[in-house]
Amino acid sequence: MVHQVLFIVFGLICVAGAINLLVQRHPISSALSLVVVMGSLALIYLLLGAEFVAAIQLIVYAGAIMVLFVFVIMLLNAGAEERTRGSRTALFVGVPGVVVLAGSVGWMLINGSGRLGSVSISSSNFGETRNIAHLLFKEFLLPFEITSVLILIAIMGAVVLGKREN
Amino acid sequence: MVPLSWYLILSGILFALGVLGFLLKRNIITIFMSIELMLNAVNLSFVAFANYWNAHPVADKSIIPLSGQIFVFFVMVVAAAEAAVGLAIIISVFRTRETLNVDRVNLLKL
Repeated sequence: MVHQVLFIVFGLICVAGAINLLVQRHPISSALSLVVVMGSLALIYLLLGAEFVAAIQLIVYAGAIMVLFVFVIMLLNAGAEERTRGSRTALFVGVPGVVVLAGSVGWMLINGSGRLGSVSISSSNFGETRNIAHLLFKEFLLPFEITSVLILIAIMGAVVLGKREN
Repeated sequence: MVPLSWYLILSGILFALGVLGFLLKRNIITIFMSIELMLNAVNLSFVAFANYWNAHPVADKSIIPLSGQIFVFFVMVVAAAEAAVGLAIIISVFRTRETLNVDRVNLLKL
């Protein structure tokens, strides 16, 4: 019962934040509503027993990445979005496509929900950092090292792209 | 007890809203934020399935229930790299074109 109430509350906050992201015309408002979405998603991860993922969701996503976004918005002094001709064609083609996509996915999930079963708040604490670290540094060691190289390349790419040419 | 399909439907709603923002918004930074929203929606279904497979173990030992959360970790790393490079590209586009509207960045168009 508590699980259902918490899920519905945080799910509604999530969806409201995502809709607000679309409705707002100023990018800084969109960025702040995306922070709301990410924060409530972190709480939903806690409901699912994923403590480590909830922590890095808050630290990396809601912290680091969104600060980068807000920093760029302020650096470029981005004003309110202007309407142009291209947006009308996207409206007429995009909205029906998204409605069809969401409708078919929702229909399949509602039809198959009896077979999917349910999740509950477990007391086994399976998503704690120790279990994740055991997996990450044994079975998934090679992908982990490759992502560190990826991050290094991304840093160098960002420095090269952001450099002012003269 | 919450049905697994509720989590998947929430994930689907967030993904659809992300696609909608990607198509409708004209500001390049907001389009980028919609992509982040889609990545978050996919992460939610990964975590939900990790919980599900932990509660319903299978005999096959090659399936690790926690690997869904490991995959979320990798998605976050890729998203961080993508945000750094993408925002650097946005800054360099703004320097040359003096605009953030994607309809005004059309030099490659006929």
